[in-house]
Amino acid sequence: MSFADWIGAPVNWVFLVVGFLTLLSALKVVTAKNVVHAALFLVAALGGTAVLFLMLSAEFVAWVVVLVYIGAVLVLFLFGIMITRAPTGKDVGLDSPNKLLPALLSGATFLLLGWASLDAFGSTEIADLGEATSTEVLGLALLGRFVIPFEVVSFILLAALIGGVTIARRDLSPLEEEERGAV
Amino acid sequence: MSRLQILATEAEHAVEAGVTGGFWVDTAGIMLVLPLVAFLLILAVGKRMKYHGAEIAIGALAINSLWGTVLFVMNMTEGVLAQKTFEIARIGSDLVFELGWAVDGLSIMMYFLVNVVGLIVFIYAVGYMKDDIRVDWFFAAFSLFAGSMLILVGAPNLIQLIIGWEGVGLASYFLIGFYWEDMANVNAGNKAFMVNKIADVGLILGAIILGLAIGTFDFFDMSTAAFDHSEPLGAVAVVGGALLFFGAMGKSAQFPLHIWLPDAMAGPTPVSALMHAATMVTAGVYLMGRVFPLFEYLASDVRPWMVAIGAITLFAIGLLALVADDIKKVLAYSTVSQLGYMMTAMAAGGYTAGLFHLFTHAFFKALLFLGAGAVIHAVHSNNMSDMGGLRKAMPRTYWTFVVGSLSLAGILPLAGFWSKDEILVALGMEGYTAVMWIGIAGAFVTAFYMTRAVALTFHGDYKGHGHPHEAPAIMTVPLVALAIPSILFGFFNVPGWEIPGIGNFSEWLAVRVVPMGDEHSEAIDLVLAGSGLFAALLGIALGWMVWGKDRATQAERDRFEVPALYPLLRNKYYVDDLADGITAGTMGPVARFVNWVNDYVIDSIVNGAAFLTKSLGSFVYGVVDQRGVDGVVHGLGAGADGAGSALRKLQTGRIQQYAAGFVGGALALIVLFVFVI
Amino acid sequence: MLLNQFLILAAAMFSLGIYGLLVRRNIVLILLSVELMLAAVNINLIAFEAVLRTSEAIGQVFAVFVITVAAAEVGIGLAIVLMIFRNRKSANVDELDLMRW
Repeated sequence: MSFADWIGAPVNWVFLVVGFLTLLSALKVVTAKNVVHAALFLVAALGGTAVLFLMLSAEFVAWVVVLVYIGAVLVLFLFGIMITRAPTGKDVGLDSPNKLLPALLSGATFLLLGWASLDAFGSTEIADLGEATSTEVLGLALLGRFVIPFEVVSFILLAALIGGVTIARRDLSPLEEEERGAV
Repeated sequence: MSRLQILATEAEHAVEAGVTGGFWVDTAGIMLVLPLVAFLLILAVGKRMKYHGAEIAIGALAINSLWGTVLFVMNMTEGVLAQKTFEIARIGSDLVFELGWAVDGLSIMMYFLVNVVGLIVFIYAVGYMKDDIRVDWFFAAFSLFAGSMLILVGAPNLIQLIIGWEGVGLASYFLIGFYWEDMANVNAGNKAFMVNKIADVGLILGAIILGLAIGTFDFFDMSTAAFDHSEPLGAVAVVGGALLFFGAMGKSAQFPLHIWLPDAMAGPTPVSALMHAATMVTAGVYLMGRVFPLFEYLASDVRPWMVAIGAITLFAIGLLALVADDIKKVLAYSTVSQLGYMMTAMAAGGYTAGLFHLFTHAFFKALLFLGAGAVIHAVHSNNMSDMGGLRKAMPRTYWTFVVGSLSLAGILPLAGFWSKDEILVALGMEGYTAVMWIGIAGAFVTAFYMTRAVALTFHGDYKGHGHPHEAPAIMTVPLVALAIPSILFGFFNVPGWEIPGIGNFSEWLAVRVVPMGDEHSEAIDLVLAGSGLFAALLGIALGWMVWGKDRATQAERDRFEVPALYPLLRNKYYVDDLADGITAGTMGPVARFVNWVNDYVIDSIVNGAAFLTKSLGSFVYGVVDQRGVDGVVHGLGAGADGAGSALRKLQTGRIQQYAAGFVGGALALIVLFVFVI
Repeated sequence: MLLNQFLILAAAMFSLGIYGLLVRRNIVLILLSVELMLAAVNINLIAFEAVLRTSEAIGQVFAVFVITVAAAEVGIGLAIVLMIFRNRKSANVDELDLMRW
C-alpha cells in the first residue's frame, strides 16, 4: 500500500487527528505543571483511545473505557489529588530534577517497540472490519470460555475493595472513639 | 480395553488388571479434594466447634480411609489400573496440562497409607493437642497436608505432583513453626522450607527438561517412552533423572540435604509422626518409584551415585541417633537412616523392596513417634535424660513402643524384618555387595540405638519431675492400632510364599504399564536373612549390655552428651577388676583364666564395639554434620552477608531509581535476545 | 488502515508512560502514568483483535480484563497514597526512603 493510497482513505484522516490529539494529551499528562490538569489530560488521552477502539470496531470496550476510566477511575484520581492536598497551582517541584535518564530510557523503549512493530508487521492491513463486535459475542466469551478468569477478576475487585477500605480507614484514637460512643 | 490396559497386558511380567473402572475408581478423586474442603471448613468454622475442627478433619479422613481400604483390597484381589484426567490448559498445540488421579498399585498403596495412618494420627492428635493453643489451625494445616499429599500421590503427571509437592512443603512449614512464639521453631520452619526449596529447583528443572523432551508430563507416557528407549527422552534422561533425584533428596532428607529433618521436630509430635516420618518425607521415594522406568532403561548411569548417597545416608546418619538426647531427634535420625534404605533400594533397582520398606516403615515409625509423644506428654520434656523407668507408669505405651522398636530393628517376624530383608536381597541381586554389607551394618546400628532409646526412656530410674501417668485412651488406642500392622504387615511380602488368594505385595505393585527390572526373590535367602537378623540381635544385645542391664551404668546416663567419657570410665573399672582377680589369687588357674576371658576379652569386645560405634557417631555428628555440612551452610550465609554489605550502597530507597533500573534491564535483555543471540 | 499505525501510536503512549513513571515525584501522577501505559497495552490488544478477528473476540476480552485490573490497582494504589500522606504529610516518592539501608 503506497502512502498515497493510505492518505487517500478518509478513515486515516480521522486516525491522524485522533491519534495526534491522544498523543498530545498523553504528553501533557506527563509534563503538566498542575496536578489537576494532568488528570484532566488523562481524560482526553483515554477519550482518544476510546475513539480508536470505535474505529477498530470494539464498541463495547470503547464504552467500558468511557464509563469505567473516565467516569469512575478519574473521579477517584481527582479525589485522591484533593485529599492529599497536592498544590493545585503551578509547582515546579512536581518533577524530579534529573530528566535525562528517563527521557533516554523512554526514547529507547519507543525505538525498540517501534522497530519491532515495523519489522514484524510491515504491511499488515486491517481490512474489512465489517460489523462491530457485538456485546453478545463478548458476553458469551466472558461467561463461556473465560468464565474462570472472569470470576477471578471479580474476586480481585472484591479483594481490592476490602483492601482499599482496610488500608485507607483511619483508626480512631481512644478519645475519639469515646466521643463516638457518647453520641 | 483402555489404552493403559493394552500397554499393561502387552508388557512382559506385568500383572493384568482386573478392575479398570467402576464406582470406587471413578470417584477416587473425592479423596484428593475432601481434606482440602476440610481445610477451608475448619478455617471458617473450626474455632466455634467443640473439638476445634478436629471433627471435620477426622470425618474427611475417615471417608477417605474407606476409599483407601476398598481400593487396597480390590487391588489385592483383582488388581486395579485406571487413570482419570481433565484438561486444564493447553500450551501451544500439544503440551497439555491435566489434573486428575491415577489409580494403580503404587498410588493405591499410598492412598491406603496416607489415609489410614493419617486417620490414626488425627485421632491421636485430638488427645495430644487437647489443652494446646490454636488447635483449629493445627487441624486445618494438618488437613491441608493430607489433601496435598493425596494430590501428590494421586498425580497422573509431573505437574500435579509438583503442585502437591509444594502443598505438603507449605503445610510442613506451617506446622514446624506451629509454636511460633519461640524463635527457634520459626527458624526450624524456615530451614526446612529453604532446604526443600533448593531441592525443588532440581525437581522443577528436571520435570521441565523431561516433559519438553517427550512433549508430555504424563507418567504413563513417560514410562512407555522410557520402555521404548525413546530417542528424545534418552538424550536428556541422565540430566533430567539426576535433577529429579536431587528434588527427591530434599523431600526425603538424603545426605547432605538431611539437615532440615532433625530441626523439623520442633513441630507438634503428631506432625512429626505423620509428616516427618510416615508420609511426607517418603514423597521422594515415591517419586523415584513413579519414574522408575526412566532410571531402569535410560538413566542407569545415575544409579551408582544415587546408591552411594543412599548408603551414606543410611549408615552415617543412623550413627547420629546414638548421641542425641532428644527422643524425637533419635527417631528423626532413625527416619533419615531408614529413608536412606528406601532410596538405596530404589536406586539399586529394588522397586518392590524400596516401596515395601516405605509401607512398613510408615506404620512402625508413626507408632514410635506417637509413643514418644505420649511420653513427652507425660514428662513434659523431650530429653531422655529427664525420662527413665516409665515402663511401670505407662505400660501400654511401653509395649507398643517396644513392638515398634523391634519392628524397626528388623526382628523376625515383625514387619521391619521382611522389608529390610527384601532390601538386602535386592542390593545383593543387583550386584551392590558392598552396599549390602553397609545395609547389614546399618541394621546393627538401628538395633543398637533403638535399644538405647527404649532403655533410657522406659528402664532404670525416673529422673524427671512430677509423676508421669499413662496417656488417655484416645492416645493409647491409636498406638495399638499402629502396633498391629507393625507386627503383621510384613507377611504381605514373604519370599516364596503368598497369602492364599490375594498374592503378595510385589504383585500389587506390579500392576503397571511397563515391566520393572525388579526381581522379587522366589525363596527366602537364609544366609542373608540370617545375617540381617543376627546384626539386629547383636545390636539389641550389645545395646542392652551397655544401657539396659547393668545397674552401675544407670547413674552415668546423664553424661551421654560426652560419649568418650563413659567407656573410659568403664575401662578403668575393668582394669581394677582384673587386677583384683589376679592379686587375690584365691581361684585356680582355670577359674582365673575363665574370669580373665570373661572380664577382659568379652567385656572389652563389648566395650570396644560400643566405644567405636559411639565415637564414630559423635565424629559424624560433631565433625561431618555440625562442622562440615553446617559449615558450608554457614559459609554461604557469611558470603551472602558480605556481599550484602557491599551491595547495600545500591539500595538508595528511591523507587524511581529502581524503576529506571528495571526498565533499563528489560530493554537490555530485549536487545540481548533480539540482536545478539 | 495499517496495523502498524496503531502499534506505533501505542508504543509512543507506552514510552510517554515510562517517562512519566520515572520523572514524576508525586505518587498520584505516577499512577496516572501507569494508567497511560495500560491504555497503550489495550490499544495493542484491540488492534491485533481487529486483524485476527477471533471467533470469541479474545483480544477484547483481555482488554476488559486489563481495564478491570487497572481499576482495582487504582483503588488500592490511592488507598496506599492516602495512608502514606496521612503518616508522612507528603505524597512525594523521593521522600519515602525508609526502606533503604
